[in-house]
Amino acid sequence: MDYLDFSGVLARGDLLAKGLLLTAQISLASMVIGLVIGVLSACLTLSGNRLLRIVVLAYIEAIRNTPFIVQVFLIYFGLPALGLRLDPITAAITAMSVYGGAYISEIVRAGIEGINTGQIEAARALGLSGYRTFRHVVLKPALAAVFPSLSAQFILLLLSSSVVSAISVPELTGVGNDIQGMTLRNMEIYLVIAVIYVALVAVLRGLMLGIERWAFSYKFIGR
Amino acid sequence: MFQPYTWNHVFFMLGGLGTTIWLAAIALVGGSIAGSILALVRVAHNPLLRNAARLYIFVVQGTPLLVTLFIAYFGARWIGIDVAPVVAIAVAFSFYAAAFLGEIWRGAIESVPHGQREGSHALGLSYADAMRFIIVPQAIRIATPPTVGFFVQLIKNTSLASVVGIVELTRTSQIVSNATFKPLDVYLTAATFYFVVCFPLTLLSRYLERRLGTQTK
Repeated sequence: MDYLDFSGVLARGDLLAKGLLLTAQISLASMVIGLVIGVLSACLTLSGNRLLRIVVLAYIEAIRNTPFIVQVFLIYFGLPALGLRLDPITAAITAMSVYGGAYISEIVRAGIEGINTGQIEAARALGLSGYRTFRHVVLKPALAAVFPSLSAQFILLLLSSSVVSAISVPELTGVGNDIQGMTLRNMEIYLVIAVIYVALVAVLRGLMLGIERWAFSYKFIGR
Repeated sequence: MFQPYTWNHVFFMLGGLGTTIWLAAIALVGGSIAGSILALVRVAHNPLLRNAARLYIFVVQGTPLLVTLFIAYFGARWIGIDVAPVVAIAVAFSFYAAAFLGEIWRGAIESVPHGQREGSHALGLSYADAMRFIIVPQAIRIATPPTVGFFVQLIKNTSLASVVGIVELTRTSQIVSNATFKPLDVYLTAATFYFVVCFPLTLLSRYLERRLGTQTK
């Protein structure tokens, strides 16, 4: 067992910082896009249109039962055969959003199904428009109810971003692979990266708790 | 010159699927052993043990699996154990699975009504006997659907072993894709293979969950 020597790794802190920034950016982008896809697909699976429902359910099952890295390869290496060539970062954000959206859709759907139909009828009886009923009486309480699952899914999405290093995106793990090639300090670099990810997850968890308290403050009254 | 994409390639990938399932099965067995210990330690009375288990789960669940695999791959050599990479990777998957199974099973143990524990205590059963005869048998029923669900995750996640050179389904697909230059066809084939294995398990998990739901009502 050799001694660990972190000097070479820490000397490349600027590279690590750039990788960390890119990880944060692609994760945040795919969380937002994934949430939009998730809410839309959840609504479509609950909608009356049978054909749309089958298409969306097929999308969800296809994504949930195949590995993320194969989806990344399909989008980055496979789509050019259909004439759609994406650069690595766009491909990464696309893959992560499509992947996250499938899981988020299941979470949001569970939330919406938990809404008492009496609430919706009451809102309509009080003269709220369809859109306002959906926004205030269906979506917001649904998101409030499933927010912890949503946070957990966002954390998994953040961790899955490391996989896109396989298509040479210079995010944290990709930068780590580069530094490993430069310094040959393989143990040191991956330990440092693991610590950064654990810290990042802790920060995201705190952030999500903060958002929950801000957006759904009524849940915390009297606590 | 590229090779045409033929059935021989598909059979080669089918061999990779064998390695994928084999790796996932080893991780499930290894992870079950470590995970059950972890779950019991998480609900133990000793706060030092309990927090150590919590820290372990926090760290493993907060690290991307790919980074965990890199650490295992290089770490085995670093601590001076000369093993084949596939052994180091199988061990890493077991540690990873333990963190998740441990949490699933702890949740199951804790969801057994508290009266059951008080009842066994009142009947004079020791902690170990209460666990063995009263709590764990009920917890297993609750834990089965999410455990099957996690096995699906495990099968999918063994695809990451391709990055450190384990020749499982994803790695064989990469090899075939490079030889035939038909990435769309090849990766769609691989995705189909994964789907054919994972989807029935997903349905099984859902079926068990529904059955459990109607039984407890």
